[in-house]
Amino acid sequence: MATNTTVVPGQIAKPKASVGPWREAAGRLFRNKLAIVGLFLVSGLLFAGIFGPFLAPWPYQVQDLQAVFANGGRPLPPFSPDHLLGTDQLGRDLLSRMLDGARISVTVAFVVQMVIIFIGVPLGALAGWYAGLMDSTIMRFTDVIYAFPDLLFIILLSVAFRETPFGQALDGLFLVFVAIGLVGWVTVARLTRGQILSLKETEFVEAARAIGVSDRNIVLKHLLPNGISPIIVAVTLGIPVAILAEATLAYIGVGVQPPRASWGSLIAEGQKSLRSDPHLVTFPAIAIALALIGFTFLGDGLRDALDPKLKGKQ
Amino acid sequence: MVSANEEVPTGESPTIVELSSDEVLRERNAAVLEAGAGRKADHLLEVRGLSTHFFTPDGVVQAVDDVDFEVGYGETLGLVGESGCGKSVTALSIARLVADPPGKIVSGSIQFDGIDVLKLSDVDMRKLRGKEIGFIFQDPLTSLNPTLTIGYQIGESIREHLGLSAKAARDRIIELLAKVGIPRPADRLNDYPHQFSGGMRQRVMIAIALSCDPKLILADEPTTALDVTIQAQILELIQRLSSEFQTAVLLITHDLGIAAGMCDRVNVMYAGRIVETGTVDTLFEDPRMPYAWGLLDSLPRIDDVRGDRLRTIEGLPPLLINVPDACRFNPRCSYARDRCRESEPQLTEREPGHSARCWATEPGGWIE
Repeated sequence: MATNTTVVPGQIAKPKASVGPWREAAGRLFRNKLAIVGLFLVSGLLFAGIFGPFLAPWPYQVQDLQAVFANGGRPLPPFSPDHLLGTDQLGRDLLSRMLDGARISVTVAFVVQMVIIFIGVPLGALAGWYAGLMDSTIMRFTDVIYAFPDLLFIILLSVAFRETPFGQALDGLFLVFVAIGLVGWVTVARLTRGQILSLKETEFVEAARAIGVSDRNIVLKHLLPNGISPIIVAVTLGIPVAILAEATLAYIGVGVQPPRASWGSLIAEGQKSLRSDPHLVTFPAIAIALALIGFTFLGDGLRDALDPKLKGKQ
Repeated sequence: MVSANEEVPTGESPTIVELSSDEVLRERNAAVLEAGAGRKADHLLEVRGLSTHFFTPDGVVQAVDDVDFEVGYGETLGLVGESGCGKSVTALSIARLVADPPGKIVSGSIQFDGIDVLKLSDVDMRKLRGKEIGFIFQDPLTSLNPTLTIGYQIGESIREHLGLSAKAARDRIIELLAKVGIPRPADRLNDYPHQFSGGMRQRVMIAIALSCDPKLILADEPTTALDVTIQAQILELIQRLSSEFQTAVLLITHDLGIAAGMCDRVNVMYAGRIVETGTVDTLFEDPRMPYAWGLLDSLPRIDDVRGDRLRTIEGLPPLLINVPDACRFNPRCSYARDRCRESEPQLTEREPGHSARCWATEPGGWIE
């Protein structure tokens, strides 16, 4: 393998220490330009989400009323002194609110995928490994969830539980995690089941059985690592879906509770004055678009890197 | 049947492939005697009346039907026959690895070192596999997990069964790799299967099979996927290590040359039955069953006239659904008479330690 050897002129190349499949995949990922763009955008989002509130010029809920009065009661435009991206009608700094929104998006992106992995992978693995009645039960249940309109289900859950402590937890975010996660795990469950089903017939599984490896270890150590690639890709590509779902919820007003500012709710507020102050819609929209593009590029790049045979296919 | 102790290999088998040097065989003889010392039963493995059937939509396939045999402590027993004769299913049945459904062990008993294997719980069975019974599979390419290092895979049964510390396990893995002849074992521990050649991978499989010092190794066509030069190395390795570790081997092969070179005794299987059994010497010297003649006759010989066609046994093994009460080989047998089509012969002893299942060669039969 070309990448495994160091070539020194006039000397026979020595094999380097062995490189695992993950390192090789990382190498392929870093050679993919779009994936680098994706990685860059995702890192930017992560940075904003994690450190945003410390970098933000203002707390997200503070109103700079004086500045708004000085401007004749209208939102400050972008590039005003003290407010780089301007303010909204209430004098709250848009940049600071968007940084808080980034934190919400990042949280949603990862927590929802955690929920999806923790429900989808075990259920899919159980169904695939034990087959029979267990398989039928789990997969029919999955079909039911799959058949339910996602957004409707999320909205129903959010509205039904909005007033309960459960709905109020984490400024309403907890409910968003659970709602999006509950409808999102089916794809991962089906994918995991398919992987396990095809891999459990392989000879190395029979060989593992023949040396007395327990069912649990066969699934955890032999099957999942072999079938993890498509699951990683599905989870990465599921992140933009979750971000978008959260923004949609916030846009129609059932997501995060004010004064927290999700990108979706920023757009909803901003569109009331779209004609006079387009920046209130434009900047959050650009942020959403960049986040989605970033994760999608990264997901595509991961798919090509983890399974080079699939390259270019959908 | 003769027990393993009385039946120490003599060192002068009429081999077609000569694998054993005198020294190896002398070591072996000692090993067989020594292995018999701590034994808990007459034989390490006793299979009685084993029937494994597959329940398919087309009917019940009697893949293994009423099979009896035993393997002595430290002995190497060959199981030879064509494809589809039930050799592999016999081995899988011993380790209870037959896929269920559709397969099922319907009757019989398997005594392993005094333990009734078929009565063990799944958990106890798992403790037996890998620890007491090692397995070498046919295709080392697909039998190793491509995502795990070979160090991990060899260590797997050590960790599962012996509970060694990480350090001790590592030392044991390196020792095993060195034993099976992998150069620079400490460096190759963290390599993945794709970094090994086919023969090296089979050596890794052997290291896995030997990792817990098993009493029995089931080797299911261990050299079929390898080319001839590597075959000889791997067979020599199995032979050497089985005597060093005092391990009994059940060697499944369709290559009579391998059986002659490796085994103490040989069972010939046909259509789910054992049709002839005996020591290598008697069986190859004086086979008493037309199927065995056919097998021996179809081996290519170095003194064959160039351009002659290779000899074959016409036809295919029968479908094992609704097998009639008749000699299963009769449609392909040129000596068959009405008696062969009317009832099935029993496995009868022709000389001490040599039995065959054939009407024609029985006393009073039509072939002497």
